[in-house]
Amino acid sequence: MSGIWVVIEERDGRVSRISWEAVSAGQKLAALTDHAVNAVVIAAQTEALATEVAAKALGKVVRVEHPLLAAYTADGFTLALQQFIESEKPDYVVFPHTYQVRDYAPKLAARLGQVLIGDVTGFGEGPVFVRQLMQGRLNGSYRHSGNGPCFVSVQAGAFRTDEVQAGTAAISAFTPTIDPAQIRTKPSERFRGAAQTVDLGSAQLIVGVGRGIKDPANIPIAQELATALGAELGASRPICDNGWLPMERQIGSSGQTISPKLYLAVGISGAIQHLVGIKGSQCVVAINKDPDAPIFEVADYGIVGDLMEVVPALTEALKAAKQ
Amino acid sequence: MKIIVAIKQVPERDAQVRINAEAKWIEESGLQYALNESDAYALEEALQLKEKHGGEVVVLTAGPERVGPTIREALAKGADRAIHIDCADLGNRDALGVAKLLAAAVKPENPDLVLTGLQSDDLGLGQTGVILAELLGLPHSSLILHVEKTDTGLTVKRELEEGWFRTIELPLPAVLTIQSGGNKLRYATLMGIKRAKTKEVRTVTAAEFAVDSVPVAVLERVALPQKQKSTQILPGNPKEAAAALVEKLKFEARVL
Repeated sequence: MSGIWVVIEERDGRVSRISWEAVSAGQKLAALTDHAVNAVVIAAQTEALATEVAAKALGKVVRVEHPLLAAYTADGFTLALQQFIESEKPDYVVFPHTYQVRDYAPKLAARLGQVLIGDVTGFGEGPVFVRQLMQGRLNGSYRHSGNGPCFVSVQAGAFRTDEVQAGTAAISAFTPTIDPAQIRTKPSERFRGAAQTVDLGSAQLIVGVGRGIKDPANIPIAQELATALGAELGASRPICDNGWLPMERQIGSSGQTISPKLYLAVGISGAIQHLVGIKGSQCVVAINKDPDAPIFEVADYGIVGDLMEVVPALTEALKAAKQ
Repeated sequence: MKIIVAIKQVPERDAQVRINAEAKWIEESGLQYALNESDAYALEEALQLKEKHGGEVVVLTAGPERVGPTIREALAKGADRAIHIDCADLGNRDALGVAKLLAAAVKPENPDLVLTGLQSDDLGLGQTGVILAELLGLPHSSLILHVEKTDTGLTVKRELEEGWFRTIELPLPAVLTIQSGGNKLRYATLMGIKRAKTKEVRTVTAAEFAVDSVPVAVLERVALPQKQKSTQILPGNPKEAAAALVEKLKFEARVL
């Protein structure tokens, strides 16, 4: 067995932020389990990425390189990492929990008779791995049992990149054997959906609407609050899925990431996918009828009540305060 | 096209959850259950594909006896028949264990396409479909919003982060995990509900498949999350609470 290996992802040719968070998680896990922590970069060309990663306190950085890894495919990444893992025999493999990892890591783990413990937000002695259940209402502690590597992916924002220690790691190469016929899917270049005309990312005041609004006919009461506040209106995924507000107003992992001074969440329960999008908010206010809604775990201020009554009252109070 | 849709029954979204006495899962007595949301979108996608290209839609689910109404709901919406893997210990199995059960039921059916929701609203593992593809030896793609049948297979639209998408071509048979929001969900019609009563539901017990049920990823303990912030809950009637909030935002948080 050869310690902890962190699988790095790139974004625009650089190590992605969440990959640094995975490195930070790897270093934490190393302290907990007394293993060395290493990293693996995987693509058709990995030199630049490997150099960037090797400037951190890691044992080794391995470049898993093959021309057939130029575009991401689940088949290609699974094959390459399967061969690498079978040769390296790691104790732990740590991934950033991205949409790409979600597409292949469960497959890779299953091929090796393992199960990915995904979307982990923290570790404890054992080690046990904590992940959210019931849409964030509960935490579950998971333990890896049996032989073979333990696969873990870490949630965006759960580990701090500023805790990644600097250092110098040795770089080496690993060339997997992949036959073109083994790659069964054909991906195209990525593209944006509708033109992004609403920039919630730089808005300072945002009102977010969630399922609690119940009916599209009630959207105007949230809009009136946003107007009184001089805020942009955003929404959680279900609201955009239903077409009650356009997709470009969606806040969360599949929509926009926001970092306003004030985020006012109206009828939003606070599913994980939404919370990762609002982590940068300076002040969070939640209005929800359910006092146990996960949104209250991250809120600075809360009002528990029927939003149909609370929101109009707040709109009036804001208007009065402005006079 | 013969399509199998793997669905899951989960606690209703607004259900009050209480941790059970063993702190291993939630107290299930008195809970209301519903069809998992992204599974509803997977079912919808299957029904639309059948309407366009013909064929058959089979719903597949694993769970205890209480999943019956969820199966009937899927049949009422238009699925042709159902397979119920009767399994009282679903919660003790990990994603691989559940996928093994589903794979055992899918294999003899030889479907052209297997669809499932991208993740369940209770455990939220988001792995079952991907592992199922691996166990069946089929290509897959996940987080799919749109499916189009072509002469050689499928063209699908996959969601990426932050508003990006990717188009992927893949041959059939294949497995797709469906993201919510790709299409509009239908309601069951009265006629559909009536017809569902006569549709075939085949029940097999999990034991018949004789698959390994010992989990690799073991859920040891369930707890309430620790608060990341101490939330000030503003009391009073809506008017009082709203006035107090404006004061706080102005003079304490200083964000107005």
